[in-house]
Amino acid sequence: MWYFVSPRIIFGEGALDALDELEGKHALVVTDVNLVKAGLLNKVKDHLDKAGIKVHVFDQVEPDPSVQTVLKGSELARKLGPDWIVGLGGGSPMDAAKAIWILYERPDLEPAAISPFINLGLRQKARLITIPTTSGTGAEVTWGIVLTDTEAQRKMGLGNRENAADIAIVDPQMAAGMPPRLTADTGLDALTHAVEGYTCTWRTDVTDGLCIEAARAVLEYLPRAYADGSDMQAREKMHNAATCAGLAFGNAMASMAHAMGHVLGAVFHIPHGRAVAIFLPYTIEFGAREAPERFAQMAAFAACSDKGGERAALKLADAVRNLCHKLGSPVSVAEAGIKRDAYEGRLDKMVDDAFNDTQIVTAVRTPSYDELRQLFLYAYSGRTVDF
Amino acid sequence: MAFKFPSDEWIKELGRQLNASDSYGKSAKDWEGDFIFIAEPDATLPKEAYMFLGLLHGKCTGAAMIATRDERKAQFFIRAPAAVWRKVIEGKLDPIQGMMTRKLKLEGNMMKIMRYPKAAKEIVSCCAKVPTDFGD
Repeated sequence: MWYFVSPRIIFGEGALDALDELEGKHALVVTDVNLVKAGLLNKVKDHLDKAGIKVHVFDQVEPDPSVQTVLKGSELARKLGPDWIVGLGGGSPMDAAKAIWILYERPDLEPAAISPFINLGLRQKARLITIPTTSGTGAEVTWGIVLTDTEAQRKMGLGNRENAADIAIVDPQMAAGMPPRLTADTGLDALTHAVEGYTCTWRTDVTDGLCIEAARAVLEYLPRAYADGSDMQAREKMHNAATCAGLAFGNAMASMAHAMGHVLGAVFHIPHGRAVAIFLPYTIEFGAREAPERFAQMAAFAACSDKGGERAALKLADAVRNLCHKLGSPVSVAEAGIKRDAYEGRLDKMVDDAFNDTQIVTAVRTPSYDELRQLFLYAYSGRTVDF
Repeated sequence: MAFKFPSDEWIKELGRQLNASDSYGKSAKDWEGDFIFIAEPDATLPKEAYMFLGLLHGKCTGAAMIATRDERKAQFFIRAPAAVWRKVIEGKLDPIQGMMTRKLKLEGNMMKIMRYPKAAKEIVSCCAKVPTDFGD
């Protein structure tokens, strides 16, 4: 027995027009200052104005939102009393919007208590709309929330099925202005979601198809979107692929590349998509040595190989690295610009935190503590995994 | 030699497996909190059974079958029908998924458990190493 949770998804060119028909009185848009400057908030506001909904804005979300930020946002929400919360942006504002919504409705909860094991009783005061502006984290359709404990320098994986958005608006125009680096980073996040959602131990029959299509689309269209941001076909394919990948991994799970990427991001502030994509080939190589089948199947579907077994699985790792090369993205931690002594100086903490990240429990091959440490070191120097 | 589940011998063998597990020791090195596992009666188990497992800093400090849930103090209680426990022990039900689908009911500080998912997985791995007689 398992679940499949999805918002109502409105996708494609012109999807934002759906806001014209929204019923309600007040909306709190949760976003960041860069999106305000880029004019994307105004696009959303225009539609909400047409619907007769008064718009308030909380634009203080930082990359890797902190517990402190969402507490501030929820305090504002309690003062304003919105009946819609709108998460506009990449993963950070959308995750922050989810947490702000929960804490607005449940001020009795500590943020760290937001877990899948409790009943939240949401939708007494407001509902949630998510509008992604990257392609992407998939946060528009997932119920997961990643917040950062800035004191412990640790990411917290939170969330509850109830806090999946009511409506996700997946309009490619909202992602069309992404510069190449952001296009690459967020696209690689979508690929990692698709691969991990397909190959992790929590994979499901209901999510497999979404993973395959998302991976295939990213491998085909991300280089195009990176090379030419005005290629709207590529933008739309990537935007949809990211949502598919989000639905897939959000209902299956991510895995070891995410566990390792989370800690790299928390400690060295590497953008999330770039971080997880660095580790993905190494975790494929590690997993494929004992359980190659799912990786080999993904390789076949993504047109990397028509054979089975470990060699085919490793073609998938090659395909990820080749894509990173095309996108100018690092394929090792060293290439990401992190100095060895700084990395090794934080290695114990990174291994500890990755070892206890919720995503690691779904790895097809569970690493021992020492193996995980080795993986971090191999990923530093770009060495093919041979253990 | 297989150990009957649930029994004093079974839970003590689990304790031994945990203490022999380097992986469990490392993943739970900061853990503090004892458990009582409750197997609810079903077709395979006539009476509710309680097993205490003391866990501190990566080691099992004590393990015993107890007569009631109040016989020992514990911070965490996990309750499920005996048939569900069998699925967990045999690796057919992921314990975290089990808790998320309420097949395993947890009493205790959820936030704390969620900070140690690897340790939870290692406990299940150690359960699988205990040769078990389910009374088939």
